[in-house]
Amino acid sequence: MTAPVLVFGWGNASRGDDALGPLFIERLRSALGSSADVEYLDDYQLQVEHALDLAGRERVLFVDASLDCHAPFEVMPLRAARDGSFTSHAMSPQAVMQVFRDLHDGADPPPCALLAIRGERFELGQPPSPGAMAGLAAALQWAERWLAGPVNATRA
Amino acid sequence: MPPTLETATRPQGLRRVAIDPVSRVEGHGKVTILLDAANHVQQVRLHIVEFRGFEKFIEGRPYWEVPVMVQRLCGICPVSHHLAASKALDHVVGALPVTPSADKIRRLMHYGQVMQSHALHFFHLASPDLLFGFDSEVNRRNIVGVAKAHPETAKKGVLLRKFGQEVIRVTAGKRVHGTGSVPGGVNKHVSAEDCAMLKRDVAQMVAWAQDAVAMAKQLHAQNPALYDGFGSLRSNMLSLVRADGALDLYDGVIRARDAAGKMLFDGASDQGYLDLIEEEVKPWSYMKFPFLRSLGREHGWYRVGPLARVQNCDFMPTPLAESQRREFLDWGKGEPIHATLAYHWARMVELLHCVEVIEELLADPDILSGELMTDGARRRSGVGVIEAPRGTLIHHYEVGDDDLVTMCNLVVSTTHNNQAMNEAVRSVAREYLDGHELTEGLLNHIEVAIRAYDPCLSCATHALGQMPLDVALLGPDGGLIDRVVRSRLGGFTHDLGSHGGLGA
Repeated sequence: MTAPVLVFGWGNASRGDDALGPLFIERLRSALGSSADVEYLDDYQLQVEHALDLAGRERVLFVDASLDCHAPFEVMPLRAARDGSFTSHAMSPQAVMQVFRDLHDGADPPPCALLAIRGERFELGQPPSPGAMAGLAAALQWAERWLAGPVNATRA
Repeated sequence: MPPTLETATRPQGLRRVAIDPVSRVEGHGKVTILLDAANHVQQVRLHIVEFRGFEKFIEGRPYWEVPVMVQRLCGICPVSHHLAASKALDHVVGALPVTPSADKIRRLMHYGQVMQSHALHFFHLASPDLLFGFDSEVNRRNIVGVAKAHPETAKKGVLLRKFGQEVIRVTAGKRVHGTGSVPGGVNKHVSAEDCAMLKRDVAQMVAWAQDAVAMAKQLHAQNPALYDGFGSLRSNMLSLVRADGALDLYDGVIRARDAAGKMLFDGASDQGYLDLIEEEVKPWSYMKFPFLRSLGREHGWYRVGPLARVQNCDFMPTPLAESQRREFLDWGKGEPIHATLAYHWARMVELLHCVEVIEELLADPDILSGELMTDGARRRSGVGVIEAPRGTLIHHYEVGDDDLVTMCNLVVSTTHNNQAMNEAVRSVAREYLDGHELTEGLLNHIEVAIRAYDPCLSCATHALGQMPLDVALLGPDGGLIDRVVRSRLGGFTHDLGSHGGLGA
């Protein structure tokens, strides 16, 4: 049985604030425990097969570190869109949604939102910055409310 | 093969074009093109920044942590690093050889990894270019466009990759941060349930891989002048092969051929890679330039990856792929194939081979039972060489009596291909840059050439909102003449604001 809600964080745990996505998943899972209603997934980065993870959901929350969002975090609804890239080493959540659409004969993916947590440093071997950890804590509080809220809630 | 366009004879008075996929720390590439007053290409350099500092990150850690930690090098091919580190550290713990079960489970993991990476590259990154042509609007040059024009193709690509990920999961323990391979062997068998699950789908995967080879072959046949000529360059080629000359992606001896296909050396032990290869540092690039010592800096650079592997080996040890390999070789009419775009065709032949190997291994009872670990006389150092999706990958470690790593040296496939990628971009710039305007068409062509190699970049590059492509045209005095920016979602705009990035 597919859980109706998916929370998906990504990033590299060894690169400073890039760890925010996986840390978010780890801490939210720990705080709320396992549930039939919510599935938590994390990965290094988004890839095409993650479009398959969107199937059967009522709503999806993508979580990533960001350099250009306002601190401590921002939440925004997402629309399927296409990436322009010269490498297989990066993919946006919008592009994952677009892959879903094209794998399902144009059907819309479930409502998706992006939770972008402000990051400051991304050097190899660095721990997450104090500012990012504060943003993480605030984002987790917001996420608990989001998970308890209505299906269409995407605003901070 | 002198790098004629790498350094201009008279850099003064030249105009510079900079193509800069912006990122925050690493993982960005940049192309700089210097023009003379007559708008002729005088100098072209490709800058790739990848694993800066990772070797120091590993030094000082206990050796048994290393196969897990090195997976953080790359989110696309973590298994290759996981296994190359394990192979190197097998020498340290004296596990020579590992048990048959460990060898076969690792192989299964590795071929699953190469399969899923090849599927991602071809269906997601390359096939939009190949199916729609390089001048198509950027928004169509992605899997979305593929899906619209070839819906079943896109679905096959995603599901092939998903299958490869499942192979990794059942052998490495997890899809991400796998722990299955350890110095001396592996820590779990494949379960009977997982094996049965994969067996149910593998025949379908073989069929789809055959379709992928057919598509790549058909594309070459439709426009042979383009596919043979685009970004073409002659080079030496290097790869592992099995002792009997068969293609082997997991283990073997090192073989190199020259541009005419003549054997330069064969049967070389991977433990002696430093006797074969030297890495040159150039002041304008963070990435080193390896070359074959026997040929020297100027003539010793080489290519690795699918194009090298399928031509370096004597045969592929699976029937369907070997048949396709022979058809691929026939395309060269007796001469080695050097076309940059032939990488895609060779990659799909390897995809088919990988699925055939996976099918064989799933039928082998050794993956379900048998000894998993072994050890022997302790050593202070070890080298692990593996054929990763993009080419030869070398891990080299020295370990102290306290079990801590004292030295780490990594030579990744993108580094091996550094000079070749530079040459490919130069070839494209010479042909398609008119010197008057930065056009989206030019950028498309340069991207197509880079994409054929799919350079492995650091994965800390998903800074939301950042622009992946930034192109600046500078005059002889360093003043900005033109600048174009491509957004992550494909937009292309002229922007005469300040520009950043590496210096040329």
